[in-house]
Order: sequence, then structure tokens, then C-alpha cells
Amino acid sequence: MAANVEELTPRCYKSDIKPVWCPGCGDFSVLASITKALSALSLKREEVSVISGIGCSSRIPAYLSVYGFHSVHGRALTVATGLKVARPDLTVLVASGDGDGFSIGGNHFLHACRRNLDLTYIVMDNQVYGMTKGQASPTTDPDWEEGKLTPGGTGVNPFQPLVIALASGATFIARCSSGDQDGTADTIAEAIRHPGFAFVQVLSPCVTFRPEQRGWNDLVHAAPVEPTDDPARAARRLLTDDSFFTGILYHNQHRLPPPSTRRQESHASGLKEAFRVL
Amino acid sequence: MNNTAERSISIMIAGSGGTGAMTAGAILLDAAARGGWYGLMERSYGPQIRGGEALAIVRLSNQPVATRADTDQILVAIDWRNIERFLPEFRLTPDSLIIGDSKMGEIPQEFQSLGARECQLPLTALAKEISGGRPNMIALGVITQLIGLPDDITVAAVEKALASKDADARKASIDAVRSGMTAAAELPQLHRLPKVPPQALERWSLTGNEAAAYGAVLGGIRFAAGYPITPATEVLEWLATALPELGGVLVQAEDELASVGQIIGASFGGAPAMTATSGPGLALMTECIGLAVASEVPIVVLDVMRGGPSTGIPTKSEQTDLNMAIYGLHGDAPHLVLAPMSVSDCIFTMQWSVHLAEALQTPAIVLSDQSLGQTRTIIDAVPDVAIAAKRKVPQVLSDGYLRYEDTESGVSPMSIPGMPGGQYTADGLEHNEKGHPSTTASDHVAQLSKRLRKITDFDYGTHWAEIDGHGETAIITWGSVYGTVREAVEKLGDWQDKLRLIGIRLLAPHRPKELAAALQGVKRILVVEQSQSGQFHDYLRAKYDLPGETRSLSKPGPLPISSHTLNEQITGWN
Repeated sequence: MAANVEELTPRCYKSDIKPVWCPGCGDFSVLASITKALSALSLKREEVSVISGIGCSSRIPAYLSVYGFHSVHGRALTVATGLKVARPDLTVLVASGDGDGFSIGGNHFLHACRRNLDLTYIVMDNQVYGMTKGQASPTTDPDWEEGKLTPGGTGVNPFQPLVIALASGATFIARCSSGDQDGTADTIAEAIRHPGFAFVQVLSPCVTFRPEQRGWNDLVHAAPVEPTDDPARAARRLLTDDSFFTGILYHNQHRLPPPSTRRQESHASGLKEAFRVL
Repeated sequence: MNNTAERSISIMIAGSGGTGAMTAGAILLDAAARGGWYGLMERSYGPQIRGGEALAIVRLSNQPVATRADTDQILVAIDWRNIERFLPEFRLTPDSLIIGDSKMGEIPQEFQSLGARECQLPLTALAKEISGGRPNMIALGVITQLIGLPDDITVAAVEKALASKDADARKASIDAVRSGMTAAAELPQLHRLPKVPPQALERWSLTGNEAAAYGAVLGGIRFAAGYPITPATEVLEWLATALPELGGVLVQAEDELASVGQIIGASFGGAPAMTATSGPGLALMTECIGLAVASEVPIVVLDVMRGGPSTGIPTKSEQTDLNMAIYGLHGDAPHLVLAPMSVSDCIFTMQWSVHLAEALQTPAIVLSDQSLGQTRTIIDAVPDVAIAAKRKVPQVLSDGYLRYEDTESGVSPMSIPGMPGGQYTADGLEHNEKGHPSTTASDHVAQLSKRLRKITDFDYGTHWAEIDGHGETAIITWGSVYGTVREAVEKLGDWQDKLRLIGIRLLAPHRPKELAAALQGVKRILVVEQSQSGQFHDYLRAKYDLPGETRSLSKPGPLPISSHTLNEQITGWN
């Protein structure tokens, strides 16, 4: 039997569609990390779904050979929520970017963390809207002056996604760098194994509109501490770090939702009893 | 006179918050249903969440009724606080009877000027004679005595309504009802319930919102997501308890953007899925409904319409989301729009909508409204109809599987996650047959054509409309107004030779051949709807060739169109 089982290499999870990304884009590496993680877990392709919204990173589902849904801007988590609740047997990954996930889809991010469903939420963060060619995003620094809608800088404090995720109830929080393809693959595999809502921010440079992000490779460094399951310690860690710590920063196995229980299906027409007069 | 209007009684019970006017109305309707009568009850409230003025409008008849009566026979006011807010609701005549509580003051001038008979009863004083007695139960006893509802049936209905209360409270209520019956013995018995024939079928008591939810699960819905909104919330509440019984589930979403996204995700996963909302929610959902069109994911969106625009009048009915439902999506986005015409039709139309959405892999927007959704109605039991969700899935999956294959019917087999070899990416981007993103003209034209063809070429059979009569004057209407129109024309006696009544259930895609056949020989068309701007009239003029002269009778909510107004139009035209 074992001899007949097809070995699922990372390549098996790739489709034959050529990505639209610019040469040097960090998202190529994230795509490779995702296929490595799926391969490491030997997940059957038909039992994995990758759901995305709109933006450069949201193009990922078409580049994979699993089931995918490239939905509309900001709504990836809503589609993934419906799918996971209706089909708890599937492995559901959600791919997003900083604009899609934190701006137009920000409200769904809060509530997906609260629901703590068994989803893996991978946000490729490059602090810019790439597909619309260079506007500031929620994670852009306030003094970035190149934003085409915010000349002179946004003057607005950046969104802190990991802190928000912790406050909203996510039970697995990690940061990775696309420059570390294997490390990112390992973290994504851990996130998939985690049975609650796992949030993975991947620093993924935009070489076209934020060429200075090529320097991120020199700035990122592994968090000097082990993952904690204490929200208070995690909060201190996330609020005081330099935004370049990588690794699993919070991992709480104690706050998981109860497994879904399904009752035996009865016939719908039995419900009419409630309408009877008398 | 042998028609519904003359053989029904309309009773209104008014009172400020906490007086129990609605409870008395609900028990009155239930008691009448137990006695074999048909009827309905509308609830009219002030804007307060709790404690505001309330008006129960109960119509009882020996025949099924679908709409409020043109005239009201009995008004009982437990008190008169803020009652002027309801003044436009009353259709009292000199034959009507107004009963007030002497302790609550004189009957207000506005009511005295209606010329109805008036009478004062000491409702509060009688209630005080009974430990735990309340004036609303006195009023209930007065009404049942006046209209001739048997005492034992009334008492049984009170017992059932108060089953969760303790024995003392139940006894107090029953004593109060009996006291009311005694007090009413001296009053003129002007308006008596008509005799009822022996009951052939069992009766149901339900609202259109309950009926729609029931129809949805009969059709196969097993996943729902929703965000609370008046007047659609009861649909979601019903599903929240019913779906788990069927192995399904409802998720309370963070907003309507999430509701519609979730049902798309669930349906992509193979579960027939729906949401229920009202106009403001439908407006938020339109982007994702377009996604369901493009990615060919079946969903059902029920819009229980209320007065608009914007927040409008959430607790009142109007048929003004038609334009949004038909034309609200960006791009060329063919989809289904349907509307039930009665409470019982809410069951069928929802069930059929689920079937169509699943068979055609496209969104169905169903337009109910507040008056259907929230009016509790006594109807004959509705027999089960065998129509259920049936999605076309691939039987064999090979390497060459094309999710968006350009088939003759336009419907392509849809693989479901879990099926080996069926992997594809559903996409709101235009795509080729394989599902790969494409910007080429040929792929766009082919996929647009396929998505249009699958819904226009489908055989909808006879369900697309209700057609009755064969006269030269046609009345075309839709939704809840159909019930009003039907009652109005039935008042005219043998109307089938003079009139033709057409209620359109399938609003999109339009059915030009079928309507042309239905209008053969017609010389005049009256289009009736509840909107200020005549949205339905505009839709008919845009989509169909209408023979002869066409007139529009379109009035905005919140007051229902009266059959009197309608018949003036009809009889004054020939």
C-alpha cells in the first residue's frame, strides 16, 4: 500500500500558471514556503483550500494545485469562515496582504480572531498597495513620503497586526520573513497544525514600490525568547519589539473552541409540526 | 354578499407599552384558529424598543385572508396614550364600535369625529376586582363575547399562551377573560364572526418569515449566515434553531459583508447556503453577489423589504428594493430574482429558489417584505412539494477537468473540495474554461454568454407567474400586493371574464414569450405596486412589449394599498 502512495513533493502543490509578480517579489518565496509546508504535512491536495481576497499576494490560489477561491477585496476571511464551518474536515488556509487584510478587511480580521476557528491566516506584509501601484497601507510608517495619495507621509500611526490579533483572541501568532523560506515553511506548518486561529505575518518585500525593503533581510532576527502561552507576556513582547522579531510569538493551546458537534440529520418537513394550530 | 371582505371582522387592540395589547391580539388569533376560522394579525409599533405604543390588528374570516381589511369593525383601547400616531392606520366607519376605558379618559376627539359608535367600559376597574387580573385580558373577553367566539375555545387559547406561567397567574387571566365576557353581554352585538364550515384540512399558524425559512430548509439549505436586521431577523432566528436539527448550522456574522462571504464559502464547500436581510444589508452584499455570479457559486439571499431609502422605516413594508435586486450588480451579472406572493407562497418560492440557484449555480435574490414577513397568518396546511437542491457535480474527474466548461446549457459540472482531481480556483476575475484568470476577449465573451444562457434558456415551467382570468383588462402585480389585488378583484364578483390577474414570481430573468402569451387579447394593463416611483412599472416597460394602454398604480408605503382604491381604478377605466 505505502509503495503506491504518491509522494507529495512541494512541486506537486504548484499549478502551471506563471505568477504576475515582479521579479524579486517576496511573494515567490512565500508561495514556495506554503508548498513546502503542505508537503511536510503530506496533506492531500483535494483536502486543502486556499482562500484569498484581492491584491498581489491574493493571487496565490491560482498558483497552487489545491482547491482555491480568489474572492473580492477584503473578504477572504469571510469566505474561509463559511467554508470551514460547513466543511470542518478540510484544511483551510487564507492568504492576504496588508491592504486587503488590515484595511478593507480589518473588521473581519478582528472577528475571525474572536471566533478562533481552525484557520491559518497568512498575511504577506509589504507596507504598500502594489497592485494599484504604490499607495500607503495600514502598516506603512507615517513618514513614508512616496505614497501617491499621501504625499509628505501619512502622518498616521501604523496598524499593529500582531497586537490586534492577540487582543482579538487569536491563539497562534507568528512573524516570518520571506527571506527565510524554510523557516517560514516550518512556521506555516506549525500554524496549520494548530487547531485554532493561527495568524502568520510574513514580511515580504515589494521591490518595485519599496525597494528599500531589500534591506529587511539584514534587519530581521529570531525572537530571543520561546513562544509563550501567556497573553500578558505576549502583549508586552509584541508591544515592545522592533517589528523585526521573527518566530512563533504566542501559542495558546488552552483557549481552543470545542470541536463542532453535528446532530444526526432528520427530515426537514418534520419542522412543520411547530406551525400546527392546537 | 358572498365574498371575503364582507365575511371578515377586523379588530384593533391599542395600548401603550406593557399593557399587553399584542398578547391579547395573539391569543385572539390563536383562539379563532382553534375554532376553525382563518385570520391574520399585524403588529404596529411606535419606534421605541420597549414600552412604546402598540396596535394589534386582527382580521378573522371564514375564508383565507391575505391582507388587511378595508374597514375596521372594532377598536378596543386599553388606554389612549400616543394613539394619534396610529391615526392613519384606522379605517373606522359609522358601523364600527369603539370601546374605551372610562378611567383612561374620554375617547379622543379625532376618533369621535369618525362617527363610529362609542362605548366606555371599566376595563381597569374590572381587572382590579381580580387578584393579578389585567385590563388586556378583560378586553380579550369583551371582544370574544362581542364577536361570538365560543368561551371554551378562548379559555383554551389563554391556557396555552400562559402555559409557562404559574397556576395563579393563569387563573387570574382566565377569570379576567370571563369577567370581560360578562361585561360585554350588555353591548350591541353588531359584528359577529361568520359561520365556519367543517374543517377539511389542518391549519397552520405562521409568519412569512417562518414560512420562508421553512421553505429554505425544504429546498435543502444547510448553512446560513446573517446579521440582525428588522424585519428579517426572525428568518435567521428560526434557522438558528432549525438548522442544527438537520445537521446544518447558522453563523451570526459581524456584518452583511461577512454574511454573504460566508455563504459563498459554505456553498463552495458543497453546502446549500443562504442569508436573510433587508434593504440596507442587501446594499452591502451586492459586491459579493456579483462574485457569486462570476465564480458560479449558488447562494440564496432573502431580502425582507422595508421602507427606504437608507434606514427608512424599518418596521413598515414597501416594494422598493426591486431596482437594486435586478440592476444593483456591477458588470453584466445575470442572476435570479424571485418574489413570493403570500405567506404560504413564501414556502414554495424559497424552496424553488434554492432549487434554481443550485441547479443553475448562480445567486437567487428573493424579495419578500415586512407585511408578508411579520404578519402571523392562519392558512391551510401546505402539502410537501418534492423540489430540492440538486447541484450538477462531475461524475468522473480526469486531468482535463474544466470547471467552467462552455457546455450547451451553460451549466458546468462543479467539483467540491474533497473530490480528488477536481481542484480549481473559483475566481471573481474573468477566467477561461479551466478557471485560470484571463483578459482575452474570446474568454470574456464565452463566459459571459455561458452565464447568461444558463439562466435565460432554462425551462422554468409554469411557476414563473400566477395567471388567472381571461378578460381584456389585465392587472399585473408582484409580491405581497398580489394578495390585496386578488381580494379587490374578487369583490367585483364574476371577474374572470372581464379581468386577467397576473402575479409575476420570477422577476429575473424576464420571460418575454410567456408574458406575451399570457397577455394575448389584452387591451388595457394596470400595473400595481407599492413604490413611489413605479419601479415595477418601469421594469415591465423596459423588459416587455405591453399591448394596448398601460397605467400605473404605484403608492409608497407604509400604508397598504386599499382594495377600494384599486377597484376605483379598475371599474372607472372601461
